[in-house]
Amino acid sequence: MALSLAIRDLDAGYGAVKALRGVSLHVESGETVALLGTNGNGKSTLMKCVAGLVRPERGSLILTIDGTAHDLTKLSAEAIVDLGVAMVPEGRRLFPKLTVLENLMLGAFRKAARQNIDRNLALAFETFPALKGLQKQLAGTMSGGQQQMLAIARALMSSPRLLLIDEPSVGLSPLLVSQTITKIGELNRHLGLTVLMAEQNFNQTIRIADRGYIIVHGEIVVAADSVDELRGNDIVKRLYLGGIV
Amino acid sequence: MKRNGMYFWGGAALFLAGALLMTQVIGNQYPFFACYVILQFIVLAVAWSILGGYAGYVNFGTSAFFGVGVYTAVFLFKATGVPLAVQIAAAAAVGALMGFALGLLTLRMQGIFFSIATIAATIIIETAITNWRYVGGASGIQLQRPAVMAPFDNYVEMLFFVQAVMVVLAVAISRYIQNSWIGRGLQALKDDELAAECTGVPTLRLKLTACVISGALMCAAGAPAAMYLQYADPASAFNLNYSVSALAMSLIGGTAHWAGPVIGAILLGVTQQLLTVTISSEVNVLVLGVMLVLFVVAAPEGIVGLIRKVRSKRNEGEG
Repeated sequence: MALSLAIRDLDAGYGAVKALRGVSLHVESGETVALLGTNGNGKSTLMKCVAGLVRPERGSLILTIDGTAHDLTKLSAEAIVDLGVAMVPEGRRLFPKLTVLENLMLGAFRKAARQNIDRNLALAFETFPALKGLQKQLAGTMSGGQQQMLAIARALMSSPRLLLIDEPSVGLSPLLVSQTITKIGELNRHLGLTVLMAEQNFNQTIRIADRGYIIVHGEIVVAADSVDELRGNDIVKRLYLGGIV
Repeated sequence: MKRNGMYFWGGAALFLAGALLMTQVIGNQYPFFACYVILQFIVLAVAWSILGGYAGYVNFGTSAFFGVGVYTAVFLFKATGVPLAVQIAAAAAVGALMGFALGLLTLRMQGIFFSIATIAATIIIETAITNWRYVGGASGIQLQRPAVMAPFDNYVEMLFFVQAVMVVLAVAISRYIQNSWIGRGLQALKDDELAAECTGVPTLRLKLTACVISGALMCAAGAPAAMYLQYADPASAFNLNYSVSALAMSLIGGTAHWAGPVIGAILLGVTQQLLTVTISSEVNVLVLGVMLVLFVVAAPEGIVGLIRKVRSKRNEGEG
């Protein structure tokens, strides 16, 4: 099951506001790729472009699965889910008035996913055992950490191969951030999921990332082939590590 | 689930049998006149709730659909004299098309913008009909009822039964949607539209589907109205009262369950009929408003919500 994502020269924005300028990025099968950047630099827009929620103005988004190339710019959000791309949106975006179980069921909305509901539900509870006892609770009444678990579990319900995770650390305590990131690392290793993760938390992210990009004002300014390369980078030192350059 | 279905269809059959029996036993015409209006409001409220309740898109255009239903029937009757069943089917088809067109134009707008667009649609269509001479224009049109079909011996009795059949149809459709993946998807997009898109819910397609079904049912409900009154004019066919009533009935009954709009329509419809007879037809609008305010304040989830609350409290008490 080879899968790769290639983004080339992507421009996107909202009306007159340009959020992405000439972004190029690639994710290979089985990798965990980090997209680092502080608030308002275009991380979420890039993730939304891949998920089909924002239409890019220019450039290409090609998802190659087992040798077949799919142009994501021409597909609807639901068709992209069908290809095995699942998004964990920023701020979790659960269905607050629905129960945990109903939230999970909606993760399996697509026809193909409905056939694997039992298997994926078991997998979701195996991955996040804490959710099992909360099935009837309303998602809106759960703690931040539980909500993040549910958001990731919901994404797992569609049998994804590529997981897009947008800022999983937002609004969580340091301990929960660490646990969440560790969990994402496990999903990558144990389930063979390819992961593209947008994050602000540099130190936590590089624990599980294979490589990373840094995005500033809608442009990729650093494309590092390893975590060490990221750590040694001047821009990283200035932006994240408090170094004086 | 299976058992539930049996109870539902059993109840529906019983309801229709009761309605038919009524037409054979009761000689007085008044009950049919009154009940027809209540049944008509049940269909409208149930139809409204498919888009307004399940999907959370508040539609103020019920009267537009209702009026188009009325005038589809008027036009067909005048032009060709086709039987009532054909008029209703045609109205449903026109309503579906209209729902699709309106949905395509307006469902990309969210919240209040969608509601305003539906009011605008009502005004535009009403103006168009008012200027259409063939169907009577602003002064309206008189219609001569054709001969009644067996086993009914009176046209209003037949209309009453036809509307009862439509109630069963509307409720069955609404119930099916609620229990299907369409219902789950609508519920998801009502809760959080972006999240719904993330999980692969085809939001626009589902909203359009809901709008088409809702529109078809509303138009169908309006089709027999001209024959009921033997008269049709734009001001009453497109009366905003239909929009407000359908909305109020759904909200008061509760939109979380298909039974909500049915309960709300019966409650408000009966109250309105009683008030019309005992006081005046103007007072019932006032009562509608007061009840809506009371429910929004005291029971925002409607009667269905109240019932659920009581039930869960009782369960907690037992546990």
